[in-house]
Amino acid sequence: MPSIQNRQFLEFEKPIKDLYEQIDQLQQTAEKNKIDLSNSIKELEERVIEKRREITTHLTSWQKVQLSRHPDRPYTLKYIQKMCTDFTELHGDRNVRDDKAMVGGFANLDGQTVMIIGQQKGINTKMRQLRNFGMANPEGYRKALRLMKLAEKFNKPIITLIDTPGAYPGLEAEERGQGEAIARNIYEMMRLKVPVICVIIGEGASGGALGIGVGDKVFMLENTWYTVISPESCSSILWRSWDMKEKAAEELKLTADKMYEFGLVDGIIPEPLGGTHWNYDEAGTLLKQYLLPVLEELKKMDPEERVNKRIEKFCKMGFWDELPE
Amino acid sequence: MAKEEDIEVNLTGEDFPGQQQKTSWFKRMQKGILTKTSEKKETPEGLWTKCPNCKYTCTVSELEEFLYTCPKCNYHHRIGSVDYFEILFDEQQYTELFTNIRSKDFLGFTDLKPYHKRLEEIWKKTDLHDSISVATGQIKGNSIVIACMDFEFIGGSLGSVMGEKIARGIDYAIQHRTAFMIINKSGGARMMESAFSLMQLAKVSGKLSQLTDARLPYISLLTDPTFGGVTASFGMLGDLNIAEPGALIGFAGPRVIKETIKKDLPEGFQRSEFLLEKGFLDFIIDRKEMREKLGVVLNHFKN
Ligand SMILES: [Zn+2]
Repeated sequence: MPSIQNRQFLEFEKPIKDLYEQIDQLQQTAEKNKIDLSNSIKELEERVIEKRREITTHLTSWQKVQLSRHPDRPYTLKYIQKMCTDFTELHGDRNVRDDKAMVGGFANLDGQTVMIIGQQKGINTKMRQLRNFGMANPEGYRKALRLMKLAEKFNKPIITLIDTPGAYPGLEAEERGQGEAIARNIYEMMRLKVPVICVIIGEGASGGALGIGVGDKVFMLENTWYTVISPESCSSILWRSWDMKEKAAEELKLTADKMYEFGLVDGIIPEPLGGTHWNYDEAGTLLKQYLLPVLEELKKMDPEERVNKRIEKFCKMGFWDELPE
Repeated sequence: MAKEEDIEVNLTGEDFPGQQQKTSWFKRMQKGILTKTSEKKETPEGLWTKCPNCKYTCTVSELEEFLYTCPKCNYHHRIGSVDYFEILFDEQQYTELFTNIRSKDFLGFTDLKPYHKRLEEIWKKTDLHDSISVATGQIKGNSIVIACMDFEFIGGSLGSVMGEKIARGIDYAIQHRTAFMIINKSGGARMMESAFSLMQLAKVSGKLSQLTDARLPYISLLTDPTFGGVTASFGMLGDLNIAEPGALIGFAGPRVIKETIKKDLPEGFQRSEFLLEKGFLDFIIDRKEMREKLGVVLNHFKN
């Protein structure tokens, strides 16, 4: 986690930033004048906690989108580090190259080996470029599928952590079949004989998310979003303007609570107060505690039954009117 | 090669400016000759049409004879589901399925207009029920279920109804042991159905998995244009992926790619011929030979 001085604050997090500045000032005064201000400091620290709670209880859809993109938010590798031991990262799609926007490998989760796969965003400017902002190319999706098939071969459960603004819309991505790569993953994930759990940990944008998002159980962290298009692109297409992203976010009903209400995801995983960026340890623990019992349940099922239920679940999704014939 | 257009405009439920004229004469034809065989011969005599690619001028009836491909340059005009059904099914005999399933504004989605208003408008404007129609019949004696998209209906957008009708079409094919085919023509997801639209990718893929287990063939025919969620799921999952010549096919739209890479796109990029070259199509199929060729292919699967 970045130190307080290096933290970044969203606009609606500004009251917290102000409190930290006050704490900082008190600490400096205390040091300079050799006086004890610990009570006042403690009081302010409690107000930080309070603010964190307060802020996240009244978030608009757009603010949740912003939180899901918070630059201090933990990404896939951080969760793996916090939840697992013996992580063995595996590289490459055996065809084109190793896509740094998609990571994965075997890891030990509470005494059992699992395959963990996810998009990876960079933590600074240089890394963000290297990770292509979490936008995978076809080889990223094909690497993910290779690892899933490997897990299936050795009967290991699969956990995917989803955090992407979309599959990369580049020229070479098209040449190498971005559409086909995502399509293949969706189809093959539907048929995997091992348990598959998917978690939206940040942004869940469209096919780029679904390309590693077909599971027996799909969950969303509290402050994440998941839908068919980003609010910005939706605004530009449907409103023909880039300025309607807040409204688009509202209309798309893309937040975890709505997605759960619609039955499109199977549960909402709590985040630390104010968002995962406030406490990586706690974020990791909360996720792990949530996943372990689910994994146990899924492992008990017969593989064929598990696949059938997976297909049935997705087949129920949709709404329409049925007129009398 | 015809000029690229902004396919995204169609996804809003509005017509693309300039496309109006084409749509309208096709509609006149559709209402006149194409929908019902009994009403044939009502072609507005002397109605002329100009090829958008080579500017060749001919009568609409001549174009119809060529199955709406340019007699001079072979440009494939966009046509609708009824046209494809009449072109492909033996003796133009087929039964349309699941016509009673209609889109619904479940989310109460409003952009510049409420979604339910858009639906009502488009139902009034066209004879279509939604962006997809499913029919069953025979091609050269082979039983088949065909799900065909209509670009005219909100850009052939992929929503819950498309997912459900394809799903039922696959169930029907499994039940009756027939081949299955999708004729794709879509600008992408129906944004007004938000995540429900996205989940149709998974839903149809699950159904295709069952079709695989039943060992029945699935042919994906890609026509101009096919983009977004359709390409990123069932469009690319055929036992055979085939396309009409010159069709624009891709995951991301040309505008988005241009904005991303900040460069112009190479000539022929995302066209059928490009996809064939890159290894994503089995072959390109001319509309005039489609029926014959599909007959041959379906026999291969059967024998
Ligand atoms: Zn021509």
